[in-house]
Amino acid sequence: MRELAERALRGDRRAIARLISLAESGSESLKEAMEIIHPRAGRAHVIGVTGVMGVGKSTLICEMALKYREMGKSVGIVAVDPTSPFTGGALLGDRVRMNPLASDGEVFIRSMGTRGKLGGLSGAVYDAVEILDASGKDIIIVETVGVGQAEVDVIRIADTTVVVLVPGLGDFIQTIKAGLMEIADIFVVNKSDRPGADSTVNELKSMMEISEKMVPVVCTSATEGEGVDELLVEVENHFQMLKDTGELERRRRRRYETELVEIVMGRLKKMIYDEGRFRESVGELVRRITDGELDPHSAAEEVLAGLLR
Amino acid sequence: MYDRKELESIRERERRWNQERVKEWLKKRPERAESFRTLSGIEVKRLYTPLDIEDLDYSEDIGFPGEYPFTRGIHATMYRGRLWTFRQFSGFGTAEETNERFKYLLAHGETGLSVAFDYPTLYGYDTDHPMAKGEFGKCGVAVSSLEDMEILFKDIPVDKITTSMTINGPAAIIWAMYIAAAEKRGIPKESLGGTIQNDILKEYIAQKSYIFPPEPSMRLIVDTIEYGMKYVPKWNTISISGYHIREAGATAVQELAFTLADGFEYVKAAISRGLDIDKFAPRLSFFFNAHNNFFEEIAKFRAARRLWARGMKELGAKKERSLWMRFHTQTAGCSLTAQQPEINVIRVTLQALAAVLGGTQSLHTNSLDEALALPSEKAVRIALRTQQIIAYESGVTDTVDPLGGSYYVEWLTERMEEEAQRYFDRIEELGGVIPAIEKGFFQREIAESAYRYQQEVERGERVIVGVNRYVMDEEIDIPILRVDEEGERRQIERLRRLKERRDSSKVRESLSRLKRAAEGDENLMPYILDCVKSYATLGETTDVLREVFGVYKEPIIF
Amino acid sequence: MERKIRVLVAKPGLDGHDRGAKVVARALRDAGMEVIYTGLHQTPEMIVETAIQEDAHVIGLSALSGAHFPLFPEVVRLLKERGVDDILVIGGGIIPPEDIPKLKAAGVDEVFGPGTPLNEIVEYIRRNVKR
Repeated sequence: MRELAERALRGDRRAIARLISLAESGSESLKEAMEIIHPRAGRAHVIGVTGVMGVGKSTLICEMALKYREMGKSVGIVAVDPTSPFTGGALLGDRVRMNPLASDGEVFIRSMGTRGKLGGLSGAVYDAVEILDASGKDIIIVETVGVGQAEVDVIRIADTTVVVLVPGLGDFIQTIKAGLMEIADIFVVNKSDRPGADSTVNELKSMMEISEKMVPVVCTSATEGEGVDELLVEVENHFQMLKDTGELERRRRRRYETELVEIVMGRLKKMIYDEGRFRESVGELVRRITDGELDPHSAAEEVLAGLLR
Repeated sequence: MYDRKELESIRERERRWNQERVKEWLKKRPERAESFRTLSGIEVKRLYTPLDIEDLDYSEDIGFPGEYPFTRGIHATMYRGRLWTFRQFSGFGTAEETNERFKYLLAHGETGLSVAFDYPTLYGYDTDHPMAKGEFGKCGVAVSSLEDMEILFKDIPVDKITTSMTINGPAAIIWAMYIAAAEKRGIPKESLGGTIQNDILKEYIAQKSYIFPPEPSMRLIVDTIEYGMKYVPKWNTISISGYHIREAGATAVQELAFTLADGFEYVKAAISRGLDIDKFAPRLSFFFNAHNNFFEEIAKFRAARRLWARGMKELGAKKERSLWMRFHTQTAGCSLTAQQPEINVIRVTLQALAAVLGGTQSLHTNSLDEALALPSEKAVRIALRTQQIIAYESGVTDTVDPLGGSYYVEWLTERMEEEAQRYFDRIEELGGVIPAIEKGFFQREIAESAYRYQQEVERGERVIVGVNRYVMDEEIDIPILRVDEEGERRQIERLRRLKERRDSSKVRESLSRLKRAAEGDENLMPYILDCVKSYATLGETTDVLREVFGVYKEPIIF
Repeated sequence: MERKIRVLVAKPGLDGHDRGAKVVARALRDAGMEVIYTGLHQTPEMIVETAIQEDAHVIGLSALSGAHFPLFPEVVRLLKERGVDDILVIGGGIIPPEDIPKLKAAGVDEVFGPGTPLNEIVEYIRRNVKR
């Protein structure tokens, strides 16, 4: 495990990939690796990119990465897609949009399923960001689909959160419903070559005036590669502002707090669901609840008491 | 169509039949399934009677062959006057090898040529391009320059025989090569007859051999339609295709609807350019699939003719020839099995028969080995003979539209038209064909149908003989066509020598003139012809267009 | 949080026939696997690099263009070159039966021709993943 971590720090792509897999599978031995990894993380600028399906996030991220590469910066991309709650499987197709990056050794792209995580991003995504950071990536982009509360939590992991919309009333409403308006550090109106782009920008600005929180709005056309330079300028400005005001530290603290809780919860869950002795006693408690002998809260007390022992 | 009193008495009789006779039989012997459905999911009744078509008007809805709405056929005498063209899609390896296959097929009775190109050619890459590695000649013939085209048609009377070329992204360039090669032999373009597939919309939807984005691709297509109208009047500059849409997993209804939607889109684009619909419409052609459900396919073809005629009238066509739907059919490749390959001959026979009873103008029958490789000589010969037996031995060609008037077939024709219309409305709601493509509408419908079909097969609800029933352990023992691997090297060498021989300054000039014209809005055909005649390669010419037009990236839909 | 099988479904070369690849991808997803689909026009290099970054257990190659030689063996060769020996490589498409032993000799673990039931592929993967 230590060896794997050392190799990852040196930039060995197989080691990086393997560590991320271990994080995803909830392996407890990951701790040994993260002991080495964590101190070396913290340098990278973590950018969250979210928005409802179909707004062109992946294409935009690809263009951003290409520009970063032109500037000599290395990039890590974590693309999170929903895992089916019914089958437990996932179709991870964001990479398709990133083919131009496929042969660049300084770009690492990892597709991850949400894996049944009901709210927020799983601990594994935090680990993936740390690992990529420690391996030397200057920029890390986390892509998630904004569908409800779950992915609003991208703000907990990102230093800078970019919310992407496209012109067209439907998407705008969806974005509002998804609660994505409040979390944006930067708005991007993508596919801005389409009709309605101007009115979308205006709607955004009006909404911001009402909530009295003005953030930059950038128009892009990712497929044409337009507007991306401007976006990166805003992203860089934001990062600079975070550093200057000390807000960066606050956000990082929030990230680690969320991550800590995630990891703890993950371990607890694992104990309840996976470990033999607990499974049995939990199973027994559930039977008693179903039979009406015991109420769920009292049962929970018993479980916690058992875990804490 | 029927007398009201008679209908009433039939209705009464049917009621009694259902309540008595049918009930009796169902008790004795329950039917083999809960319901019987076509591949499009249309439920098929136990019996069809005049009641099912009581609202149809013979003259208005069914009509006479050669007359609006052409349900029964576009020509008054159909196969009594002239049989469909036996046109076998072929190509592999080098131009020489394919030229031989053409000659073989012509000697065995084929009456029209059809060219299959290899993947690099389809994407506008020369054989020496890095992406072409390992792909040379594997699924069609490699044509990288005018020189290859000249070899491909050596000794073939292109002024007497028509050639269909399955090419889309670089269609204009390949067509230019064909024209130039003929002109070099003293055959003027006015006498050239044939087809280029040139249907980019279905590439985005199904076949995926697109190059440029939709807008410039449509421009190129209208350029070819316009050029053909003026200078190559016997040429069909587009073959609006449903075959590939079907192969990608669509149902018969989807094939019908999406193909015609594409067709109307092209017509609208040409009209926007200012072209006279009655001048270009007669040279639009279609290409359909002939799949397994016999009657559904026949109904599909009949519905297609009627829908097209009606739609073209609405778009302003006045001449009769503008309303004709002329189509080529290919039997369904996706229905062929790798298991017990010999039995594919039977599948192909039934599918071909459906195409004939559906009134196709031209037909390709698949070979029995195509689930394994490209057709061997023997296999393609059997495929050709299939058509010849249907044509000469079965008697179905002795009368026009023999299934016309069948209660089932007329009902099904009507149904398919309705279902297609429903799709037309959906597409309109989405803003038209191109917005629908960008939203992934077609791709989603097709992916759903493909998945559903596969699940039906897995559950045994859809029987495929040899695959999920009547399976056997077998040693497949049929000759497999091998593409000569050396050919790739020889082709690369040929290209190298061509580039040495030719006048490079002429090539550069013609390419740069093409670039300028592409940036403007002139018709590109004359410029492409110049490039091709100077022996600029396919790749060099396509690259110029790639530079100006950009390349297309597809939305990923499962 | 348990181990999920990660499968890379790839279309090497210029072949644009993706019906089968997509149907298989869906079936694998329905069987609880994580499927990374790369899209069309992948070079063997891109496929191997993607498999490494995604830490895939399986690479599924689909070719209906006849280009399975040389593309499938090339993928295997590149994996070996990168020192990767624990990825299952399977293929499908239009492949003559006589090519199958040659592909296997070149390192492809299994070939699934047309008509293969989807659950056969799922079961094969479950039984044969190398880690």
